[in-house]
Amino acid sequence: MNIDTLILIFASTVAAATPLILAALGVLVNERAGVLNLGVEGMMLVGAVTGFGVGVTSGSLFLGYVAAMSAGAAMALLFGLLTLTLQTNQVATGLALALFGVGLSAFVGQPFVGLPIERVPAVPIPLLSDIPVLGPALFRYDLLVYLSIALYAAVSWFLYRSSAGLRLRAIGEAPGVAHSLGYPVVRIRYLAVMFGGATSGLAGAYLSTALTPMWVEGMSAGRGWIVLALVVFATWRPLRVLLGAYLFGGVTVLQLHAQGLGVDVPSEFLSMLPYLATIVVLVLICRNPKTILLNQPASLGRSFHPDG
Amino acid sequence: MTNWPWRLERRAEPSMAMKFASPLIAAAAMLATGFVLFSALGLSPLAAFRTFFIEPVASTYGFGELLLKSTPLMLCALGLSIGFRANVWNIGAEGQLIVGALAGGSIALFVDGLGGFAIPLMLLAGVAGGMAWAAIAAFLRTRFHTSEILVTLMLVYIAQLLLSYFVHGPWRDPAGFNFPQSQSFDENELLPLLAETVRVNIAFLIALALAGVAWFFVSRTFAGYRMRVAGLAPAAAAYAGYGEKRNIWLALMIGGGMAGLAGVSEVAGPIGLLSPDISPGYGFAAIIVAFVGRLHPIGVVLASLLMSLLYLGGEAAQIDLQLPASVTGLFQGVLLFYLLAADLLITYRIRRAHPGVAAAAIKVDNPVNVQT
Repeated sequence: MNIDTLILIFASTVAAATPLILAALGVLVNERAGVLNLGVEGMMLVGAVTGFGVGVTSGSLFLGYVAAMSAGAAMALLFGLLTLTLQTNQVATGLALALFGVGLSAFVGQPFVGLPIERVPAVPIPLLSDIPVLGPALFRYDLLVYLSIALYAAVSWFLYRSSAGLRLRAIGEAPGVAHSLGYPVVRIRYLAVMFGGATSGLAGAYLSTALTPMWVEGMSAGRGWIVLALVVFATWRPLRVLLGAYLFGGVTVLQLHAQGLGVDVPSEFLSMLPYLATIVVLVLICRNPKTILLNQPASLGRSFHPDG
Repeated sequence: MTNWPWRLERRAEPSMAMKFASPLIAAAAMLATGFVLFSALGLSPLAAFRTFFIEPVASTYGFGELLLKSTPLMLCALGLSIGFRANVWNIGAEGQLIVGALAGGSIALFVDGLGGFAIPLMLLAGVAGGMAWAAIAAFLRTRFHTSEILVTLMLVYIAQLLLSYFVHGPWRDPAGFNFPQSQSFDENELLPLLAETVRVNIAFLIALALAGVAWFFVSRTFAGYRMRVAGLAPAAAAYAGYGEKRNIWLALMIGGGMAGLAGVSEVAGPIGLLSPDISPGYGFAAIIVAFVGRLHPIGVVLASLLMSLLYLGGEAAQIDLQLPASVTGLFQGVLLFYLLAADLLITYRIRRAHPGVAAAAIKVDNPVNVQT
C-alpha cells in the first residue's frame, strides 16, 4: 500500500464525511435549542432530489444547492408548525417527516432516475494544492467540503462566542426561564429547526451531485439516522461532531477500499460496517447515564407551553 | 399568535369523540389531498379515484388481495401498538420482519421430511427470529441505555444486507438462472389458502385472532396494564414498582415476534421463496397503521385495511395511470401528518378570537380564585 492509496482513502473519507458534517451541525443547533427533529433522513432525501433536479434542469449546481436548502428548510418549517405551534409529539412528528420525505422524494424524483449530471468540480486552492502529499490530501476538494469546515467554525463561534448562541443554548436548557426573561423561545426554535432543515437539504444535495452524481430512490441509505446518532455520540459539541463525522466517513468508505487493502469479506458485511459502528458508538456513549445527563440539552424533545 | 382570527383553547378534558373522529378526519384529508394531487398531475380526479380506491377491491380476487396485504401490516402494527403504548419506540419492525422471514425460510429450505409440521415450525421460527432481532435492541436499551429508535433502525439496514447476502450467495437457487432468490418452497411449506380463487391465506385469520389476543392482553391483563401505565405516567409506574426493564423487554419482544410472524407468513404465502425484496416497507407502514388505529387492536385492524387499499391502489395506479410506485409512500406519509395534526383537536378546540378578548381568554383555562 503506497502513499497514493493512502491519499485516495483520505480524500474519499473527507468526501464521505462532508454530508454528515453539514447535516449534523444543523441537527446540533436544532437540538441545542431543545427540538428533537428525527426527520433528517426525509429532509436529506428531499434535498438530494431537489438539488439534483434543479441542477439538471437549470444547468446550475449553485441553484440546485439553494433549492435543496430551501426544500429542507420548508420541510423543517412544516415540522416546526406541527411541533412548535400545534404542540404535537416531537418523536412521532419527526418519524412522520422522515417517512413523508422518503415518499415525496421518490415520487418527485421519478423523472430524474437515470439522468446524468456533471459532478461538482473540485476547486484546488492555488499554491497550497501543489505541495506534495499534503496538497492532494487537503487542498483539492470541492467548495462544499471547504464550506463544511467553515460551517463548523461558524457554528462553534455562534454557539459559544455570541450572545445569540447563548440565548439559543439557554432556550435548550430551560425554555421556561428563557421565556420569563423575555426571549422569543418559539421564534428562535423555528429558526433553529429551519437551519437544521437547510443543512440537511444541502447535505442531501451533496450526496446526489458530488458523492455519487445521480438520483436513486432512498440514496441516503440511512445517513440521516446516522447523523442523529452522531450528534448524540458527539455529546452535542461541534468539534466532536466534526471528528465523529470523519470517523464515520472512514468506516463508510472502507468497503470501497477493502479489496485494495486485501480484505476478503463479502461486500454485504462490509456495507454493514457504518450501521454496526453507529450501534457501537451509541453503546459507548450511552452506557454511563451521567454522560447523557450532563450533556444533553435539558429540554430536548419536550413541548414548550408559553402559557404554563 | 394573538392577532390571528382564531386561537387554540385547551379543553378541560381530552375529547372522546375526537379520539374516534381524528383518524377519519385524517383519512378524509388524505383523500382530498389525493384529489388535488391527481388534478395537478393532469388526471381526471374522479377516474383516478376509481382506479386507485375502488377498482382494486371490486372483485373477489381484489378483495382477497386487500385482506392478503393487510395481514403483515396488521401483525406488525398490533405488536408495535402495544410497544408504543409503553413508550417503547420500535422503529425496526422492517428488520425484525426480514429476520423472521430468514428464520422461517431457512427451515423450509434446509429441513426436509416435516410433512404437516413444516408450517407450524416455520411460523414458530419466524416469531423466534423476529424476537431475537428485537432482543438486541432490548438488551442494549436496558443494559446500556441506548435509544431503541436508533438501534432498531440500524438493525433494519443490517437485516436487509443480511438477506441480500443470503439470497445472492449461499442460499441462492442453483437452478435459478443466477437470479438472486432461493429455491421455491414446497407444497407443505406454503400456507393454506382461504379459498381457491384468491391468494389470501390462513395468516389473515391468525392475524385477526391475534388482534383479539392483543385486545385481551392490553385491556385485561396485569402485564398489559403495567405497560400502559409505564407509557402514560412513567414516574407513577416507577413508584408502583412496575419494572421498567421488564416492560421494555416485553414491548420489544412482542413487537419483534409479531413482525417476525409477518415476515414468515409473507415468504410462506404469496412470495413462496426468499428474495431481496420480500417487503415493500411493511414494517414502516405498520408504524403509520398503529398510529392511525389509535394504538387499539380494533383500530389497527381497520387501519391496516385502509393501508392495504393504499398499496393496492398504488399498484393499480402504476399500471393504469402510469404513476410511479412511490405514490403509495407519499399517501402514507401524508396520512400520518394529517393524523398528527387532527389529533390536536383531541386536546384543543378552535375558537374565534376577538382582539380584546384574546388576552383575557388565556386566563379562561386557569381560573384564579381571588380572595377579597
